[in-house]
Amino acid sequence: MRFVSNLRNVSYSFALALAAAATLGAQVIVIQNANILPVTKPGFKGSVVIENGKIKEMGEKVVVPAGAQVIEANGQYLMPGIIDCHSHIAADAINEGSVSVSSMVGIEDVLNPTDISIYRGLAGGVTSSNILHGSANAIGGKCTLIKMRWGKSASEMVFEGAKPSIKFALGENPKRRGSAGSGPLQGSPGSLRYPATRMGVEDVIRQAFNDAKIYQAKWQEYNAKTAKGEVAIPPRRDLKLEPLVEVLESKRFVHAHSYRADEILMLLRVADDYGFKIRTLQHVLEGYKVAKEIAAHGAGASTFSDWWAYKVEAFDAIPYNAAILTKKGVLTSINSDSADVTRRLNTEAAKAVKYGGLTETEALALITINPAKQLAVDNRVGSIEVGKDADLVLYDKHPLSSYAVAQKVFVDGSMYFDRMKDIEERGKKELVKKQMIDRSKEQERLQQKKMGPPPAGARRPA
Amino acid sequence: MTRRILISMAACAATLVAQADKKAAAPAAAGADNSFFLRNVTVHPVTGPEIAGGAVLVKDGKIAEVGAKLVAPKGVKVVEGKGLHVWPGMINSATQLGLQEISSIRETVDTGEIGTFNPQLRPLIAVNPESEHLPVTRANGITSAMTMPASGGGGGSRSAGTSPLIPGHVSLMHLDGWTWEEMEIKRNAALMIQFPTIETRTFNFMEFTAGRTAFTEAKRFYDRRVKELNDYFDQARNYQKAKAVARPDFRIDLAFEAMLPVLDGKLPVIIPAPDERTIKGAIEFIEKQKLKGILANIGRAGTTLELIKAKNIPVIIGESTDLPEQEDDAYDKNYARAADLHKAGIKFAFGTFDTQFARNLPFQAGIAAGYGLPPAEAVKAVTINAAEIWGIAGEYGSIEKGKWADLILTDGDLLEHKTSVKQMWIKGRAVSLENKHTKMYEKYLARP
Repeated sequence: MRFVSNLRNVSYSFALALAAAATLGAQVIVIQNANILPVTKPGFKGSVVIENGKIKEMGEKVVVPAGAQVIEANGQYLMPGIIDCHSHIAADAINEGSVSVSSMVGIEDVLNPTDISIYRGLAGGVTSSNILHGSANAIGGKCTLIKMRWGKSASEMVFEGAKPSIKFALGENPKRRGSAGSGPLQGSPGSLRYPATRMGVEDVIRQAFNDAKIYQAKWQEYNAKTAKGEVAIPPRRDLKLEPLVEVLESKRFVHAHSYRADEILMLLRVADDYGFKIRTLQHVLEGYKVAKEIAAHGAGASTFSDWWAYKVEAFDAIPYNAAILTKKGVLTSINSDSADVTRRLNTEAAKAVKYGGLTETEALALITINPAKQLAVDNRVGSIEVGKDADLVLYDKHPLSSYAVAQKVFVDGSMYFDRMKDIEERGKKELVKKQMIDRSKEQERLQQKKMGPPPAGARRPA
Repeated sequence: MTRRILISMAACAATLVAQADKKAAAPAAAGADNSFFLRNVTVHPVTGPEIAGGAVLVKDGKIAEVGAKLVAPKGVKVVEGKGLHVWPGMINSATQLGLQEISSIRETVDTGEIGTFNPQLRPLIAVNPESEHLPVTRANGITSAMTMPASGGGGGSRSAGTSPLIPGHVSLMHLDGWTWEEMEIKRNAALMIQFPTIETRTFNFMEFTAGRTAFTEAKRFYDRRVKELNDYFDQARNYQKAKAVARPDFRIDLAFEAMLPVLDGKLPVIIPAPDERTIKGAIEFIEKQKLKGILANIGRAGTTLELIKAKNIPVIIGESTDLPEQEDDAYDKNYARAADLHKAGIKFAFGTFDTQFARNLPFQAGIAAGYGLPPAEAVKAVTINAAEIWGIAGEYGSIEKGKWADLILTDGDLLEHKTSVKQMWIKGRAVSLENKHTKMYEKYLARP
């Protein structure tokens, strides 16, 4: 019995895999008569040819290959797929809140490809999303960059070849467990966790890197010995320190949750002392106060459009942050940090035109090429250019308009979202849902007939 | 003790400095100049067609003339509006402005009082006119707002106490004034009722854990709460009768006194009703007690739109940009909510139901317009519809002769994210658009 059903599963997924291969493989798609916003070049009206998941050709006039599927855009707007540099969707766990340094854990182990937030994000034009741990710990866990390949498995969603990274966190959140309180994630009087202050946060990070340097030296010594053919005992592997050694050796990026100018500056100086770079400061609400120092260090900034005043460290947050950082030479992106806001990052970017007067192209860059550069995947995504992945969004109006609605979204040249299709299928889905509910009710009825009536006040099945 | 005195002295000094700054920066309610002639502007009266190359004459704070062929009267200050648009100031129909400064800091939050029945509470008198949120919200073209209490007790922290049934009144106010008295539009704009809901899923914020309650148990609790609410209204009616035949020793009860305009149908009740059952329950309650009702935040309205229309109950929408509640809801369910209400013929206005995002009111309306709400209707839902629902349409909500000149001048479409508000008038007086954020922007942009 079990064997048979396993077989059926295997053949079913095999069929699925075949179908996927067919859509990805030989198919050629031409999107024509679109207002194309490449972001890295001036916009123009024309067509894009997609082949094998990549942008093969683009221009005012293109040769339509024989057998190509032609999508008539009718003047709608085609932009690169949106990249959300800070998200917590598609993960079954976020904070390993027991210790202040939790670099041994990783999002890739808890990716949930069935989270509906992926589809909703796609429907808002997002094609890549950086999934981070929470901010409970000074040194959090390893992040995972995904492509929004809805319907695929967890491992198939991972953005292949993207450089590994890790989350750090400063300020109120990592010190929360150091003080007793009634709120979520706060400590109780008997079980307070170091650190309780911003001073302690710095110490935790420095101490961790001191340990990492010693660990690194042990491996260097071991490797040197074995290289010379000497017999040596390898150091005991430390999964907590290993990612930090990778940071020291520029093999892993640091994305640091930060709010206040003082803590931002502190982290930049810690990194300077230990000889590594902060890849991005996340949230970086007071980044505008130390834009010069951020630019000098070479860190990127990934911020909210206009969140403020939800805690003391967010009281100096201003919606002009992205504009000031951009004007002062910091590579800047706008992120969501939210399953909700990720669905409309296009209008979040539009706020940077209003607050601080960025150009429309600069605003679009905040959610496309800039986060692509921050995540070092700009050779693959972030703009519409020949040779890049065909991660594209077609909007009915200019994407910075309040009235713009994403119509079609492509990842690797495959259409993963189609608004018309979504609307058409709603009736069918309602019907399936009703059938499932009816079947469940029928089973419940039969069960009750067999067992006799339930006692009064019994729980209804959840 | 010494420390406390020192702190309060420091606070006084800070206030003095802030006020000295403000004198220079904000004309606000200080200037007597509330007459002007705005010309060469695209007028969007909202209640009528737009007028290209139009003009608005404001006299003593009120709109005296609107039209295409007006001539500036002698001696009146002329404001040039070339290339710009004038709209009625927007009204945010649900906020906690002035009652909450930093949501996570309990001392700065005055939304949630202790107790089940508090009809005597009026948010307006607790509004801090110096709140940073007011000028920040104003800067995006919002001239007035409803501000409301919340559930919770403990000042408003989400972790404390059981929910009240009547948390207090909601107030309607201008977002400018030296005192809350000067800000007042309507101290008591409606009585808020937290109608009970049947909650089988519970969440304990203290322990951060989710739980479940049996439906029968949740229903029993619900029935008891609904009865409690009805009993309270019955008691208020008894009080009314007793007062009518009052003897000299009749004791005035402030809570029941506050109920009287509601019982007489002079003041509406506003009821947040997040799901089908609550909507039906709330409407049944409104009918039974013969009240004037407004519904709010009807997220999972399901099949009740027809019922709401049939009973002619207006709705304050706050869920336009919220995530769909259920995993299998259509992805755009809440984006399209306003369009659904419009199709059903229900009158509605937008509110943001918070403080930090109160300035995003036009964007909420704009996004709803992207998902099927006619743009002109979206504009009405942040102006005239709000004024009608709050009973102030005779004075506010459109650019019409005789109404107060609550006006904003923009460089584009009211609901576009990119649009900037260039100037604002409240009752004909120019109001500063400067705020904490613009000041920080200028300061740090200029940092060498």
